[in-house]
Amino acid sequence: MATVYSGKTVGFMPDNIDTDQIIPKNYLKSIEKTGFGTFAFAEWRYDEKGVEIADFPFNQVQNKEATILITGENFGCGSSREHAAWALQELGLHVIIAGSYSDIFFNNWLNCGHWAIIAPKEVRIELAKEQQFLTVDLKAQVITVGAIDYPITLVEGSYLKMQREGDFISEAEAYSQAIDSYENK
Amino acid sequence: MATLFEKLWNSHIVTTEENRDLLYIDRHYIHEVTSPQAFSGIKMAGRKIRRPDRIFATMDHNVPTTAQERLDFLDPQAKLQVETLAENCKNFGIELAEMGTANNGIVHIVGPEMGLSYPGQTIVCGDSHTATHGAFANLAFGIGTSEVEHVFATQTLWQTRPKTLGIKLTGKLDGGVSAKDVILKLIAENGVAFGTGYALEFYGEAVEKMSMDERMTMCNMAIEAGAKYGMVAYDMHTKAYLENTEKAASLVKNAEIESYFQTLKTDDEAEFDKIISLDLMGLAPQITWGTNPGQGIAIDGIVPTLTDSDTLSAYEYMDVHGGMSAMDFPVDYIFIGSCTNGRLSDLIEGAKYLRGRRVADGVRAIVVPGSEKTRMLAEEKGIAKLYTDAGFEWRLPGCSACLGMNTDQIPAGMHCISTSNRNFVGRQGYKARTHLASVQTAVLAAVHGKIVDVRKEQL
Repeated sequence: MATVYSGKTVGFMPDNIDTDQIIPKNYLKSIEKTGFGTFAFAEWRYDEKGVEIADFPFNQVQNKEATILITGENFGCGSSREHAAWALQELGLHVIIAGSYSDIFFNNWLNCGHWAIIAPKEVRIELAKEQQFLTVDLKAQVITVGAIDYPITLVEGSYLKMQREGDFISEAEAYSQAIDSYENK
Repeated sequence: MATLFEKLWNSHIVTTEENRDLLYIDRHYIHEVTSPQAFSGIKMAGRKIRRPDRIFATMDHNVPTTAQERLDFLDPQAKLQVETLAENCKNFGIELAEMGTANNGIVHIVGPEMGLSYPGQTIVCGDSHTATHGAFANLAFGIGTSEVEHVFATQTLWQTRPKTLGIKLTGKLDGGVSAKDVILKLIAENGVAFGTGYALEFYGEAVEKMSMDERMTMCNMAIEAGAKYGMVAYDMHTKAYLENTEKAASLVKNAEIESYFQTLKTDDEAEFDKIISLDLMGLAPQITWGTNPGQGIAIDGIVPTLTDSDTLSAYEYMDVHGGMSAMDFPVDYIFIGSCTNGRLSDLIEGAKYLRGRRVADGVRAIVVPGSEKTRMLAEEKGIAKLYTDAGFEWRLPGCSACLGMNTDQIPAGMHCISTSNRNFVGRQGYKARTHLASVQTAVLAAVHGKIVDVRKEQL
């Protein structure tokens, strides 16, 4: 099970980025889990004619290959829509480094097989200044850029979830007898 | 000795692992937007739905709210979502309240109305406002679609135990000031994330006096404070409400069950991890000026002057500025409805302020009852007519302009005084400007064409 991940970063630092921003409601009508990436951050990313706004972080050429998002506090607040997680993963993201998360988004993101970690504000501000190639080590709880290590923290109980391989439903199915006896008590 | 939260959590643990508990889920509400991928997942994995009898489905998020639009249903994607829900419910044997049927409406309004959200349960729904049902002494919380699928397959969920936060409310509200103002004030004062990682319990003499509808309005917006869970203890108000419901009347008449319900409260000696207190005496009606529910002020207050980049973008988006009086917010649209304030008592309360007046020139006002039952009762009682006579549009039930998934959207640049729960960028429509407020404030804004302090309005 992987505990280390490396990739390029994209910085987008507002606090309180809500899931309505990540995937606006106009795009929630699909019955599939795919097709949301194009519409991620749509209201910030495109102008009224649907043309990409050049200086928006996700539109900048160097960020197209980014897989690690560096962002603000209370990321993913608001609506429970998992479509937000599906949109971000379609943008290519795998790791989010924020100051804090909304509880529901956090679960959704990990349930989709991704990582979300916490880093102090000064570290995030420093790292978000330009694109980095960084390495996240969950076990050592550090992120490394070049020769510099920065501390991170993990949300309580999240380490094992980020180690998960495969289907998370089977972890509960392993307790089917306990579920049966709960129902019959 | 235990808190209400601990009693509810502990009684639903199936098994425990390090840092997480597997909780049994008693009731699962579903709707058309966050369920289709979960049904697909179940089918693709060859799994069964373990307890279809514990699921109740309604269509609410993207349903049209005019009769003509329902007939035409021109949005092919929305139509497909609604049809997919109907087909899935049919195939898996799940009770569904289709559009136009007696139990249809916003999931957080019909669940309590039917009596399905009775005390002592764990209740989940793929919707962040699920804490609404916590008003009935339940552990109710919003989940994502992966978790919806998990509950389908196992009737359980892994959850990490949150901390507890007691919100103690004392004192008496002035006339016309409402539970909506209380929750907006709490969020304005403590921020949009003060509840993250906590289960909220509202308690204290002021809560004991509140109706179930008022309690639901507060629990509903727990998520706007960052909390997945919000709850209130069982008491005589809960009992009286349930006595009038189809599904729970027999439960409260059963002495054994009712005496269990009586235990669903925080014991005197039990302690919360944290407590926030608010005295409601003299509380002003609240209204938001910015683009998150924490950016709110008293109706007789002014927009704060700040210079951080998030505030500056909120000023620009909302076309407001530091020092601006709330009374000067433009009024273009009025939206009355949503799972926060779309109940019969909300519509009755708002109607008191119509007093034969008309919606002001240049203002467009719509009322969207939260459920079919709310709509029918409001029509029978003559409430609907008070609104239509005043020039409000009277719609069919649904989530409507709270999130604008259907055509009920606020046009770009327009200011909407809205009884809903979120004022996020684009929430009610592209570049729409939302000001969250109570029903009383919204009705007064409609008839005056400007923001008015309900405390200065003589009834």
